[in-house]
Amino acid sequence: MMNNAVEVASLAVVRGRREVLHGLDFTIPVGQVTGLLGPSGCGKSTLMRVLVGVQAGVTGTATVFGEPAGAKALRHRVGYVTQAPSVYDDLSVTENLAFFARVLGVDRAEATRCIEAVDLVDHADDVVARLSGGQRSRASLAVALLGNPSMLVLDEPTVGLDPVLREDLWQMFHRLADDGVAVLVSSHVMDEAERCDRLLLMRDGVFIADGTPTEIKEKAGVDDIEQAFLAIVRGEAA
Amino acid sequence: MSPRITAAIAARVLTQLRRDHRTLVIMLVLPCLLISLLWWMFDDLPGDTFDRLGPALLAMFPFIVMFLVTSVTTLRERSGGTLERLLAMPMGKLDFLFGYAIAFGLVAAVQSALAVALSVGLLDLSIEGPVWLLTVVAVGDAVLGSALGLFVSAFARTEFQAVQFMPALVIPQILLCGLFVPRFALPEILEAVSDVLPLSYAVDAMQQLTTSASTGEVWTDLAVVAAYAVAGLALGAGTLRRRSE
Repeated sequence: MMNNAVEVASLAVVRGRREVLHGLDFTIPVGQVTGLLGPSGCGKSTLMRVLVGVQAGVTGTATVFGEPAGAKALRHRVGYVTQAPSVYDDLSVTENLAFFARVLGVDRAEATRCIEAVDLVDHADDVVARLSGGQRSRASLAVALLGNPSMLVLDEPTVGLDPVLREDLWQMFHRLADDGVAVLVSSHVMDEAERCDRLLLMRDGVFIADGTPTEIKEKAGVDDIEQAFLAIVRGEAA
Repeated sequence: MSPRITAAIAARVLTQLRRDHRTLVIMLVLPCLLISLLWWMFDDLPGDTFDRLGPALLAMFPFIVMFLVTSVTTLRERSGGTLERLLAMPMGKLDFLFGYAIAFGLVAAVQSALAVALSVGLLDLSIEGPVWLLTVVAVGDAVLGSALGLFVSAFARTEFQAVQFMPALVIPQILLCGLFVPRFALPEILEAVSDVLPLSYAVDAMQQLTTSASTGEVWTDLAVVAAYAVAGLALGAGTLRRRSE
């Protein structure tokens, strides 16, 4: 029985001449919502790109369900949402979902299910260009849910969303995790940290903390993650 | 490569085009208007200038239009994140390339059919060879334009830059294809350059069809155009990297 969706050892990424991830070692278990938190530009997106196999300049090892990240066998099993909503502006929500469903080889009913899952049924026939930013990112999220992937890699999926909707999405992430999906969600908003089962706090291409929100707060001796982040960074500087 | 995914991409590109009425009208109607303009210019003059220039134009339109449309749309896919998403899915690079080539090839077939019907039917362009073959050459040109457009989109960061590649890569081919000066009358070096430019062969094929009923040379020219299109697609595939910085 494999409990880890992701196993990473001595992972480094060089972009241009700059190393942006510096020797990371970590695992991501199935059945949990893992939060990847850190300020913008700290390497969150790069790390997520490594896990879905679209990042160049990678050294070290990164395996997903026992296969090298990005292996052909994984492309059906990993749902990925890029930071900018990657759907076609000039197609409707339904047309977008139907297209990606065909690429993945899943049926139309699955497309409908995913539109329902992100609460876009009322806008299913609207062209994406006419949707609000939040609706667009939900359309992009719906694509990642197609075909019940075993792992979801979601790069800031809740940015700019209505709090009620954000709550709904987090509930969905937890439901998926309860069903055994490995969910990795990045955010630069520290108040989302509390919603994760486990956190990886990141700064300048390294992890500065790894644990449950409670553990991290206790260790830093403060009551919220933002304060913990500051305390850890200042502690390192001292 | 999977026929299902290739077909999905071609169908999606066509749906997007269908949505974009303005682009669709420009692609289908503009060539007809320009050919009519050319015919009108020479209408009162003696000689058969329209018969000489018309076929070259029929070769050029699909090439230019498809070059522009493909370079801009694939650049959008690259910068909009949809290409990255597709590459993280079980899509082969060839699915992407052929999907685009099929979709734009079909549009080119319609475009050329309209332009050829107008030229031969209404404007009395005289064609010695089979008319359908004229359309086949035009589709070959369109696929060539798509292939080159796909390739250059890798080198452009913005749509503005992509459009600028048009004068750089296309206008020299128009100048040297034999439209202004017959290719054999060009200075030696320029003739050699003209010999390696694919549009020269497309125009040769069209001119052959207007002046002679024998189709042997047309097929040879068409094979050269097809070879360039395949080479362009292969180069384009090289620029589609699953892993990028």
